[in-house]
Amino acid sequence: MTDHIQRSRPPMTRLLLVLVPLAVMLGAFVWIASLDPLRGFNNGAPPVEALTVERTILDRSGISLRVRAGGSEAMVVAQVAVDDAYWTFTQEPAGPIARGDAVWLRIPYPWVLGEAHHINLLTNTGATFGHEIAVAVSTPSPTWGQLRLQAVIGAIVGLLPVALGLMFYPAMKGVGQRGMNFLLALTVGLLAFLLIDTISEALELSAEAAAIFQGSAMVWLAALTSFLLLMAIGRWRGNPEGIALAFYIALGIGLHNFGEGLAIGGAFAAGSAGLGTFLVLGFALHNVTEGIGIAAPMLRARPTLWTFAALTLLAGGPAILGMWAGSLAYAPQWSALALAVGAGAILQVMVEVSAYLVRQNADRQAALMSPAVLVGFLGGIAFMYATAALIKI
Amino acid sequence: MPVDTSKRGRDVSSAVETSRPTAPPAMVTEPVSASRRALLVSGLVAAGGAAVAASRAQSQATPDPMAGHAMSGGAVDPYSAHDSGMAHGNMTMVGQVDHARNGFDPTAMLTDWETGRTEVLPDGRTLRTFEVDAIDVEIEIAPGVFFPAWTFNGRVPGPALRAKEGERLRIVFRNLGSHPHSMHFHGIHSARMDGVQGAGLIDPGEEFVYEFDAKPFGCHLYHCHTLPLKRHMHKGMYGLFVVDPDPARHPEFAAVAASRVLGSPENAEWQELAMVMNGFDTNFDGENEVYAVNTVGQAYMKAPIRIDKSRPVRIYLMNATEFDPINSFHLHGNFFDYYDTGTQLTPTLRTVDVIMQCQAQRGILEFSFADHEDGMYMFHAHQAEFTELGWMGFFDVREAGA
Repeated sequence: MTDHIQRSRPPMTRLLLVLVPLAVMLGAFVWIASLDPLRGFNNGAPPVEALTVERTILDRSGISLRVRAGGSEAMVVAQVAVDDAYWTFTQEPAGPIARGDAVWLRIPYPWVLGEAHHINLLTNTGATFGHEIAVAVSTPSPTWGQLRLQAVIGAIVGLLPVALGLMFYPAMKGVGQRGMNFLLALTVGLLAFLLIDTISEALELSAEAAAIFQGSAMVWLAALTSFLLLMAIGRWRGNPEGIALAFYIALGIGLHNFGEGLAIGGAFAAGSAGLGTFLVLGFALHNVTEGIGIAAPMLRARPTLWTFAALTLLAGGPAILGMWAGSLAYAPQWSALALAVGAGAILQVMVEVSAYLVRQNADRQAALMSPAVLVGFLGGIAFMYATAALIKI
Repeated sequence: MPVDTSKRGRDVSSAVETSRPTAPPAMVTEPVSASRRALLVSGLVAAGGAAVAASRAQSQATPDPMAGHAMSGGAVDPYSAHDSGMAHGNMTMVGQVDHARNGFDPTAMLTDWETGRTEVLPDGRTLRTFEVDAIDVEIEIAPGVFFPAWTFNGRVPGPALRAKEGERLRIVFRNLGSHPHSMHFHGIHSARMDGVQGAGLIDPGEEFVYEFDAKPFGCHLYHCHTLPLKRHMHKGMYGLFVVDPDPARHPEFAAVAASRVLGSPENAEWQELAMVMNGFDTNFDGENEVYAVNTVGQAYMKAPIRIDKSRPVRIYLMNATEFDPINSFHLHGNFFDYYDTGTQLTPTLRTVDVIMQCQAQRGILEFSFADHEDGMYMFHAHQAEFTELGWMGFFDVREAGA
C-alpha cells in the first residue's frame, strides 16, 4: 500500500517535499538572525569568558604562552601579572581574540630555574585566568640535535621492545593449541590494559583543552569512529587472520605508542620532563609484551623477515613521530584526539584477536573459559599493570 | 708557616672584588636543578649501566642553567631595564588609561579640592553646601581593564570635600544609582545624620540632606554605609573629607593651623596632594587584582607627580583598600613627619619613611625635597605585592622652572 503511494508521486512533488522544509529552515535562520528574538534575555550581564593555556615555553626571552579563547564574544587580554606583579607582554597577533582562536603571549619575565611561577591573565572585564608553572625549566628548542636525540629515545621505548618481543617468535612457534590460546589471551589482556589506560589519558588531556573542543564527547566519538572504520576496513575481505591480523594489532599498538610519544614529547616541550633512565627502561619493558602480542596470531603463518621489520616499524615507529609532534606542536586537544583514535584501534584489535581465538578452537564456548585463556588474559593485564607502575611518577 | 698579613689583606680584598661578578650565576645553577630532578625521577641511580642514549636523554631534560639569566644574546633580555629613566624595567602594565573617557584624571585629582558653595548665616557663621550624586559608572582602573563602579559624582574616589573648622555643613545627596546608598561621614555629628539605615540611607531616585558642624579638624573620610558594606565600599563609594583647623581657635599653633587653611597666604607655599589608597577586586573573589592611589594602577609611574623642590609637600593620605586589613606608604630617599588622623597640629610621628594605615585610617604627611638632588623619587606601599600590582609612583623633583 505505502509502496504504491510512494511510487505514484511524480519527481516534482518529491523535490518540493524536500525544498519546502529547506526553505522554511532557511527562513527561520534569517528570522532569528535579523530579529534577534533572544534580545529579551539580554540582562546586561557581561559576556561569558574562557581562556585556556595550551602551551608554555620558557627560554632566554622569558615566558611564552599559547592561549585559546572560548568566550561567548571576542576576548581582550588587558594585562598580565606574573607572581602577583604586572608585567609587560606582547600578543601575536594583537587585538581581540575571536572565539576559538589562539594567540601567543610573550612575557619577558626573568623566571627562576627550578621554582614555581603563577601567571594571571586579566581580561578587559576584569576576569582572571590563572596558569601555574609548577617547575620552571628551560624548554628545549627544537634543534636537529634535539630531534635526533628524541628519535633515539623513541626507538628505545617503541622499536626496541617490539623487536625484542617479536624475537620470541621462533620459541613460540612450537607451542600447541593450549599455548596458542594462552598467547592470544595474553594479547587481549595487554590490549585491555592499553585500552583503559589510553581512554583515561585521553579524557585527562581533553579536560585540559579549551571547552570549544568538547573534551570527553570528542574522545568517545573519535574512539568509536576509528573503531568502526577499522572494523569495516579489516573485514573488507573476510575475517583478518595470521599476518593480516598481526598488522592490525601492530597498527593499534602503533597508534597507542604515538600517543605515548606525544605525552613524552609534550613533557619535554613543557619543560617539565623528568625523563630519566628508569622511566625509559620502564617504557621499554612495558612494550616488550606488545611484540609478543603481535607475534601470537602469526604462529601458523610463514612471515618473511621483512614482515617482522615492517611490523616493528608500524608498532614502534609512531613513538618517534609522537615525540617529535609532541615537542614541536603540543596541544592537549590534539594529543587527546590521537589517543582516542588509538583507543578505537585497540578495541578493534581486541575484537579481532578474540574472534580469531574462538575460531581456532573446535569447542568455541569452552575455549573462552579454559584455564589457558583465563590465565593468559589475566596475566596480560597483570604484567602491563606491574610494568606501568614502574613508569608512573 | 709565616704569614705576611699585609699581603693577605690585599689578597682578600682583591678576591672579594673579583668574585663578586660571578657569584649570582653560581647561586642558581647546579644545586637547584639537581635536587629538583632527583625529586622527579627517584631511583635514577638504581638503573645503573643504562644505555648511553638513555643517559643522553637525561641531559636533554637538563635545562640550560643560564636560561632566563642571560645578560646578552637574546632578542629580549628580561633583566634589562625597559626604560632607563623609570627604573622599573618590564614590571609595568601595558598601555594607557583613557582618563578623558573615565571623566577623571588621577593627576588632576591630587589637587582637585571640592569646596562647595558658601553663604553667611544670620549668626555670622559660614554655611557650606556640597552636592553629591551617587552614579553607576564603568571605569578603567588599569589599561584596558574595566570595573563596574558605584561612585560619588562619577569618580573614584569621590570628590575630596574640604571645609573649615566650625562651619555649618550641608551635603545634598541624590541617589541616581541602581542600589540604595548613603554618605557616612567620619567626624562629629548627630545619630540622625549618620548615613546608616534610617539616618540618610536612601533608595534610588531619592534625596537626603546631611547637616552638621565641621569638627574636629583633621583628615577624615566619608563612605557609603549601605549593607553589604564590603560591596558598597570596594565598588568605589568613598572619598576624602578634610576639615582645616581655624587658626583663631589654636593660638599656640596659629601659624601651623594657618598653613593648613586652603587658600590662605600661608597655605599657598605648600604643595598639597590628596591621595586615597584603594584596590579593585575585578573578578569578585575577595582579593584585589589592582592596587592604586586614586584608582588607576601605576598612574603616577606613567605620569610622575611634578614636585617643586623649593616648596614643602603635604599629603592628605587615606586608606580605602577593601579586603586587605592594612596598607602603607613608603617614600624613597627622604623622611617625613606624620600627623595621624590630622587632628593634631604637632606630628604624632617624626622623621619616618614608612607609615601604615588600617582600613579608614588616614593622616597627613609633611616633607621637603629642598636639599635634594633633582630626580625621580619613588613612593609606594611597602607591601611588595601591592606595589607590584599597581600601587607605586614617582615624584619628579625639580626646581620650579626646570
